[in-house]
Amino acid sequence: MATAVARGKVPIYTGTRIPSPIPSVLQVDPALREEGDILEVNFGPNHPSTHGVLRLIVELNGERVEGVEAVIGYLHTGFEKNMEQKTWWKAITYPERIDYLSFQINELAFVLAIEKLLGVEPPPKATWMRTLLSELSRIHSHLIWLGTGALELGAISLLWYCFRERDAVLDLFELVTGVRMHTRYFQAGGLAEDIPAGFFTECRKFADVFPGRVDEYEALLDRQAIWLERTKGIGLLSAEDAIALGQSGPVLRASGVDWDLRKVQPYLAYDQVDFHVPVYFNGDVYDRYKVRMDEMRESTRIVQQCLDGMPEGPWTVDDRKIVLPPRHELHTSMESLIHHFKLVTEGYRVPAGEVYVAVESARGELGCYVVSDGGSKPWRVKFRAPSFVALEATATTVAGSLVADLIAILGSLDTVMGDCDR
Amino acid sequence: MNFADVPGFASVTEERGETTVVVETARLREASEYLRDECGFNFLADIAAADYLGWNERTVAGYWGHRDGRDINRPGSWGLAKKPEPKAKRFSVSYHLVAVVSGARGAPRVRLQVWCDEGESVPSVVSVWPTADWHEREAYDLMGIAFEGHPNLKRILMDDDWQGHPLRKDYPIGGEPVRFSGAE
Repeated sequence: MATAVARGKVPIYTGTRIPSPIPSVLQVDPALREEGDILEVNFGPNHPSTHGVLRLIVELNGERVEGVEAVIGYLHTGFEKNMEQKTWWKAITYPERIDYLSFQINELAFVLAIEKLLGVEPPPKATWMRTLLSELSRIHSHLIWLGTGALELGAISLLWYCFRERDAVLDLFELVTGVRMHTRYFQAGGLAEDIPAGFFTECRKFADVFPGRVDEYEALLDRQAIWLERTKGIGLLSAEDAIALGQSGPVLRASGVDWDLRKVQPYLAYDQVDFHVPVYFNGDVYDRYKVRMDEMRESTRIVQQCLDGMPEGPWTVDDRKIVLPPRHELHTSMESLIHHFKLVTEGYRVPAGEVYVAVESARGELGCYVVSDGGSKPWRVKFRAPSFVALEATATTVAGSLVADLIAILGSLDTVMGDCDR
Repeated sequence: MNFADVPGFASVTEERGETTVVVETARLREASEYLRDECGFNFLADIAAADYLGWNERTVAGYWGHRDGRDINRPGSWGLAKKPEPKAKRFSVSYHLVAVVSGARGAPRVRLQVWCDEGESVPSVVSVWPTADWHEREAYDLMGIAFEGHPNLKRILMDDDWQGHPLRKDYPIGGEPVRFSGAE
């Protein structure tokens, strides 16, 4: 396998640490088990630091983790099965509930898949607005990760600061879409509504203030001995192991792999904005934290460029076969009424085919595989959930660590259990 | 890229900018090793199984849109006159591969696909890409596809004692028995 590590860097560890024969299960050494000092502990399913409902069966030798197996599925709600029963039009509401922290990026992946099947290209204003809202979503998700991650390691005050900023982001979502979460603002063909007056001023206020806030958070943590002690050199993952385990997003970039789908296969307006992809090389909890802090700054830069470069014009394609006609036309035009009725009851039909669309969510590669038979409902929808894949790395990253570090490591993988179990 | 040399090669299609390589099910592991070692597809993004039971039974229509509006002259874009192309077997298993190279610009992707029927098994690729572990367990759990050679093939999202495989087309919505009812 070709090496992925940048040349001239010291390897994080030699060889591979992925457990064998089962890559996701760390098994206790039989000789150690003979001694009889192994204690089996259930971590979760209900534990504040599991970010949802995750159960880890941990086998301890004193304070050392010798065996670990992740048990998931407690939040499985059958989103993919449900989406097969809804028209394309209605199914858009499901993906955002899968990953409730970066909901707009999830919505985007599904909408892009529909558009790829339809062959529709949204107008530039919609593309730029999608870029802007995706980045706000990323900031929203990283803020919750930072707040809860620091809380788990004892830095309680940071949670309140992060939630203050998060609330500002939610206010912006509310301003533009009418709801704070699960916005359903993207739809095939563009946006659901025009961008309301006043959004740009409010958003710019936020974008001006936010980078300073990130500096404050970093100052609170980066100059604190406890935080450094508890994050540096912990939860190691080499670049080769990260790729073999399918890791993506901040976890992969903290292991020294310069890989961001926004750069390598630009979608939306990412090829027209200037941003930097933060890469760190130690593959530990601290570097994953650094990647996310830098990403919040870069996301703010993208938001600012979107505000500057936002084109004028329509927010959605003018095609009555896939987009609802304007409300006022329903009172005067029979044809518009028919279109409205057909779209709401039956929905639009999507040509037969299969597509896989990948976007860079806050957690890494979010894939959406969609099969259509040409009908008005999806035949099959499958999400490549980054949290699901991230948890596969638990066994590799916690091998030989202390039980107290388990929480720091698990937090650094940034999993959302709704996303994991779908 | 030339995929004709992939072991067990059956067909390659290019559609909507995506490449799908279908290989013989029995030679999947060889094909995977070839794609990883010779073509650089070191990253398995996803394994997606689909059930095509009932596919091609009802007529559907296709809408083809483009930037300037709707192409009403394209065959099949009107009415309910068209049936989708029939599928060879009931289940497809798609492996979405990416060639990850640090600092690269451009992400080469390929969809490796195999087909199987009820009762047939698919070779496991956990030895090729360790990340396949949970993806294969998920496909087994929700779609009932057996992966031969998987080190730990058990249910992952549903309960261990669950009956049936929920994502199959013959598994009804709301059809599960109600637990904790008066009769129990």
